[in-house]
Amino acid sequence: MDDALYREEILEHYKRPHNFGPMETPDRESFDTNPLCGDELRVMLKVDDNDVVEEVRFEGHGCAISQASASMISDEIKGMKLDDLARLDRSAVLDLLGIDISATRMKCALLSLKVLKSAAIGTLADWEPDTVDAARPAGGAQL
Amino acid sequence: MATASQTALAVDFPILGQEGLVYLDSAATSQKPRVVLDALEDFLAHHNANVHRGVYPLAIDADTRFSAGRAQIAAFVGAEPAETIITKNATEAINLVRYSWGPGNVGAGDAIVLTEAEHHSNIVPWQQLCSQVGAELRWLEVDDEGMISLDQLDEFLADGRVKMVAVTHCSNVLGTINPVEEIVARARAAGAASLIDGSQAAPHMPVNVNAIGADFYVWTGHKAYGPTGIGLLHGRRELLEAMPPFLTGGDMIKTVSFDETTFNELPFKFEAGTPPIAEVVALGAAVEFITELGIERVRAHEEAITAYALASLKAVPGITIQGPSLAEQRGGLVSFTLDCAHPHDVAEILGRDQVCVRAGHHCTQPLMKKLGVGATTRASFAVHTSTDDIDALVGSLGRVIDIFGDR
Repeated sequence: MDDALYREEILEHYKRPHNFGPMETPDRESFDTNPLCGDELRVMLKVDDNDVVEEVRFEGHGCAISQASASMISDEIKGMKLDDLARLDRSAVLDLLGIDISATRMKCALLSLKVLKSAAIGTLADWEPDTVDAARPAGGAQL
Repeated sequence: MATASQTALAVDFPILGQEGLVYLDSAATSQKPRVVLDALEDFLAHHNANVHRGVYPLAIDADTRFSAGRAQIAAFVGAEPAETIITKNATEAINLVRYSWGPGNVGAGDAIVLTEAEHHSNIVPWQQLCSQVGAELRWLEVDDEGMISLDQLDEFLADGRVKMVAVTHCSNVLGTINPVEEIVARARAAGAASLIDGSQAAPHMPVNVNAIGADFYVWTGHKAYGPTGIGLLHGRRELLEAMPPFLTGGDMIKTVSFDETTFNELPFKFEAGTPPIAEVVALGAAVEFITELGIERVRAHEEAITAYALASLKAVPGITIQGPSLAEQRGGLVSFTLDCAHPHDVAEILGRDQVCVRAGHHCTQPLMKKLGVGATTRASFAVHTSTDDIDALVGSLGRVIDIFGDR
């Protein structure tokens, strides 16, 4: 049995996350939790006069999937306009992770995207479609 | 010797015939023995009709079996059938007490005592009641060994404002078996009512609701080898008779006119609508299954498995085990964290070895905060658990450490 879910790059991001830690006087900030497992994530952004992300930091605790996804996406959004950040969809994170995420772990993978989008729009963003019910079978099939 | 290898009790669970399945999540829900599946099918295939109204033979047959199921369930915990109310789950049983007993007995300035280790189902209803009537919650602290202090309970009870002490019999995270007889006696002496959540206790250790003496004792069928959709509330008759109905509608009435309704006798007064008939019959078979094994023997088996699990897990590098050190102070479950990996990652990797454990906050977020963890991994045991299952768990944890170990 392979351990694709825990491929080396993901473990690397989990063990040594990028952009992890506090930020003083962020311009944008958001916090949310994954109710399924109690993961907590706060993201802080510094943006320039044109609403372009200059700096990003995140804090919190969670599983390897949620921490690695936060680390990976945080590298990607530097230099991105807040409007573009707010329009990202799940593929932005899932493509970075590059592994199959089961339905029950989808919220772990997408928490960072949700919190980043929340920071961008200034209010709490919804979960991506098909992550509301963690028990929904993989593939988006309806119960 | 407590930590010797031990085979499962001689039991037949069809699902455990699945190749390689190691089921260590009975505290979430139990698997179902063949006798329970057979009872469910037999009732639905041969005896099914609605209860309490039919006069044809099939309906009378269904009625008889439903009553017999309730009597078996009541006898299993030493309760009277009339004091045994069928709900949809333990959560609903607690809510019944919160809504029906609560507002008439808890008022502004009063207090309710809970432990820090309660399941959300035994927290949220009381929080809601407190905010409705202006009462306060008092939290019995759990110490490093997962134990509460009776001295602190006495302190809480001293000012006479406590109206309810609601405590789990066995913690679903720490495993701690609370001294419920002493707790109930102290509550009563101070003029407070008591409710014991026996969801993790009733299927696993001898429970006699009369000996415990609580005003209310709740548990659930699906953790006791029965089907989902059935919970139990055992209450003292005087209290139940004084309480107004909870849900209203069919079955719970004596007479209904255009102007008013009179209510049925106990236990039916609290059972509005068609009850879970087949489920009561099947849970009757489930408690019969436990009784035939012998609840003392079940407890001895699960205590031995727990002792073995504690000893085996202690040797895993970087592990922190929650709750009492001694198996005799615990129900059959062990929660733990590993330094190297988040509980969800642990459970995911174990799941690939078909080792089924729970990871998360276990519906005990206040306790998680107290323990200083976001989540734990929990292995829980049943009559079918063997020390081979524990060995599989420990072996699989080795794989977790191989993957995550150098963090």
